[in-house]
Amino acid sequence: MNTFADQLLVLVFLLNFMVLGSSRIGIAIRVVAVQGMVLGLIPSLIHQVSPHLLLISVGMVGVKGFLIPALLNRAVRTVGIKREETPFLGYVPIMLVGAVATALAFLFADKLPLAPQHKDLLFVPAAIATLMTGFLLLVSRKKAISQVTGYLILENGIFIFGLLLTEAMPVMVEAGALLDLLVGIFVMGIIINQISQEFSSIDTSRLTSLKE
Amino acid sequence: MHTAVNTLIHLLLTLLLPPLLLGVINRTKAFFAGRTGAPLLQPYHDMLRLWRKGSVFSSTTTWLFRAGPLVTLAATLAAALLMPLGNQPAPLAFTGDMILFAYLFGLGRFFTVAAALDTGSSFEGMGGAREATFSCLAEPALFFSLVVLARVSSSLSLSGMLNDFPPAAWFGSGAALLLMAGALFIVLLAENCRIPFDDPNTHLELTMIHEVMVLDHSGPGLATVLYGASLKLFLLGALFVHITVPFRSGNVIIDWCAFVGAMVLLAVAIGTVESTMARLRLTRVPQLLVSASLLSAFAMLLVLRQSP
Repeated sequence: MNTFADQLLVLVFLLNFMVLGSSRIGIAIRVVAVQGMVLGLIPSLIHQVSPHLLLISVGMVGVKGFLIPALLNRAVRTVGIKREETPFLGYVPIMLVGAVATALAFLFADKLPLAPQHKDLLFVPAAIATLMTGFLLLVSRKKAISQVTGYLILENGIFIFGLLLTEAMPVMVEAGALLDLLVGIFVMGIIINQISQEFSSIDTSRLTSLKE
Repeated sequence: MHTAVNTLIHLLLTLLLPPLLLGVINRTKAFFAGRTGAPLLQPYHDMLRLWRKGSVFSSTTTWLFRAGPLVTLAATLAAALLMPLGNQPAPLAFTGDMILFAYLFGLGRFFTVAAALDTGSSFEGMGGAREATFSCLAEPALFFSLVVLARVSSSLSLSGMLNDFPPAAWFGSGAALLLMAGALFIVLLAENCRIPFDDPNTHLELTMIHEVMVLDHSGPGLATVLYGASLKLFLLGALFVHITVPFRSGNVIIDWCAFVGAMVLLAVAIGTVESTMARLRLTRVPQLLVSASLLSAFAMLLVLRQSP
């Protein structure tokens, strides 16, 4: 475990704020891609390099950095929207809520009974803060695509938790998680297209007023 | 003897250098626009020209309007005495002087706004309201950054904070310092009403913040306002330069030259930002300022968490 990984995690925190504060869906997708790539690099930095770790890294960077963003970008192009116009909570308030959530993540991480070698690292607060960012995006945004980015960030948070255990985690589990994610995004892309075809909008808040 | 000479250099630089920064910024912008641009010393000539002119005072104004530029300049000059330059201690330094430093700017701003309101023009009142709103959003960013500095250098005075600022801190908590430097740069641009917050060249009514408040000043009063604004840019720039260029040679002369060089580079950087960015929509300005506050608050969180 070294300080360089900590600096990368600071970047992850910043990307969280950026995705909360930006209204453009293109930026949100790019941020999620960069975050995925950064997280993909960390395992090789903190543990001894082994084929198993390299596989996880390459898989993460490839799937989260290139494949999923490409799928999302295609979905954005087909439905032809560029920005989230009216979120449930404005961009400045949601950033402030995100900041409070980050501060609480630090407090909470201090209270957790962690292994002594993990105590002073940023991994646990980063994981909780990223999870919270994902939640916030999921509940505050109306467009289905923004919600997908929220889901991806949520998954990134879970991955950061997993980083502490990477050596113990079999490569099959990791690969399975990535595959699930990929299929999930794929399905969501199809659903988004379907929603936009049926209702000429991908605003999920309108789904509540469906009639026969 | 040594301190006396250093104090003398400090005072001379504070009094003479600020308008040059404006000249460098304008020259950089001209370069990006493909023009030759005004001479570097043009701001000095402008101020001297204004100084020789007469003043016109509206009959609705009171003493407050005349006091505005003077109090602002006096407050900024007092703040200049607290700011260490070129790795030498400031002429005045005591525990907690950073709070006085921040609020001397606050005092100056209060009088600028009061003078603007005193004219009774709704247009200037609008500018005053904008200035007050944006500066109160920029203030937390400045204070969080000062807390980070105090923690890293374990000192509570500006001279101690900036002169004992260990370059090694950039390796230990580089991410936190980078966040803080970013926040400080945003504050620097916002406080001095540069692009992307305000365009110092425009006189288009919908977009102005600082320029609209000083519309009614003329002659020596306007020269005072312009000089005060450049001095503020110089001081906040010096704060920024001390953190981002922690260069210590030990030799007094080299340190002073490095400081002046770094300030000129900063002016070029500001000019580059102004040439390559568009002004933000007014509704987006608070968002950027809140982000700056969040950046520095997060930097503070990171630094506080580290065991000293």
